[in-house]
Amino acid sequence: MKYIDDFRDPATAKALVARIRRDAGDAPVRLMEVCGTHTVAIARGGIRPLLSGAVTMLSGPGCPVCVTPDGYIDAAIALGMDRGALLASFGDMLRVPGKSSSIEKEKGNGLEVRVVYSPLDAVTLAAAAPDREVVFLGVGFETTAPAIGGAIRTAAERGVGNFSVLSSVRTIPEAMGVLAADPEVRIEGFLCPAHVSVVIGTDAYRPVARRHGIPCVVAGFEPLDILMGISMLLRQRKEGVARVENEYSRVATAAGNRKAQDLVRDAFVPCDTGWRGIGVIPGSGLRIADRYASFDAEKKFGVPVVFAREKTACRCGDVLKGKILPVDCPLFGKACVPEEPYGPCMVSSEGSCAAYYKYGAP
Amino acid sequence: MCLGVPAKILETGDGTAVVELGGVRREISVMLIDDVSVGEWVIVHAGFAIEKLSEAAAEQTLALFREIAES
Ligand code: SF4
Repeated sequence: MKYIDDFRDPATAKALVARIRRDAGDAPVRLMEVCGTHTVAIARGGIRPLLSGAVTMLSGPGCPVCVTPDGYIDAAIALGMDRGALLASFGDMLRVPGKSSSIEKEKGNGLEVRVVYSPLDAVTLAAAAPDREVVFLGVGFETTAPAIGGAIRTAAERGVGNFSVLSSVRTIPEAMGVLAADPEVRIEGFLCPAHVSVVIGTDAYRPVARRHGIPCVVAGFEPLDILMGISMLLRQRKEGVARVENEYSRVATAAGNRKAQDLVRDAFVPCDTGWRGIGVIPGSGLRIADRYASFDAEKKFGVPVVFAREKTACRCGDVLKGKILPVDCPLFGKACVPEEPYGPCMVSSEGSCAAYYKYGAP
Repeated sequence: MCLGVPAKILETGDGTAVVELGGVRREISVMLIDDVSVGEWVIVHAGFAIEKLSEAAAEQTLALFREIAES
């Protein structure tokens, strides 16, 4: 398909790999792909082995399913089981482990859940079932935030009062700031997410580049985009500069999508929030604004999402911080496999453990 | 879950548009972007067009790739 196949040409990929190898130093350069979609594209495209010895790609915290804390799953289960709500969710949330169960497991005990493609589908579901409370499990990053805000606004305009959202929306630059400041992680360049950047604008990474001296390149999700993004990071490093560059100029702009930003500002307020495996990051969450309080499931049903540092053998936190690779986790491929995930990074197709498992470790 | 994909606008409606996604026609919301017309490309994420795709910028990037491939 146009705009996909164009960015997959093998001969160009080869030339880009050669260019990356020329620019790399003696020790592998530590770069982090922040976004789960990049993680999957890198694994599927076999990019890690192509660059071995020159570049080490660390998988960051940009898989929304993986960083959703178990307290969120527990709250969702409580809404479905104790309050009798009909849950509407993206598919890959169902098998995420909470403290003692998952949505999938509770289905056997009577929990009702519908998998939806868009938050708007959940509004449609609620409108068609006026005698049920429909709760949309609103997880995601800046890309999904406008869609969730759009669904809330649509429900408000249409008077769909039996619709609400259990919000767990997070913002990426704050998490990058925490990782950039972590001396154990030692990131030498960020490959920034394509579609988060489309919404927030590539300028949003300037504080990270400036404050921490780490080059940032926004890149698309096709193999050539990724290789070009990596090459641009290495060029910056070679020149000894740290700025924000945009490989994905066909869609992302410096200022981002103002309409989407306005909608997010209308529907949400920044808050501190907990990330599974990482901890609470100040200002990295979006809670539903008070003007839409009746659409906020936490308030409507008095079921708060409680964040507690989980005690678990899962090393997802270290994986998400780039401290270890999935294969370094003792449970990887043994007690933890996609069919029976022990940790959240093995659940979502975007999780780095699942990507390593499916496409083979380099 | 966070998959955004390019899609071509096939029809436009009131705040909505029809695109083809993975061989299936689907109605999407265009409330997040300025007026779109049939034939334009957008990035679709979770049922919303989140931005238009600039064909001119795409061609520039592809031209740069060709240059690198030939060098
Ligand atoms: S392999 Fe499983 S248990 Fe280990 S870090 Fe990954 S998700 Fe967690």
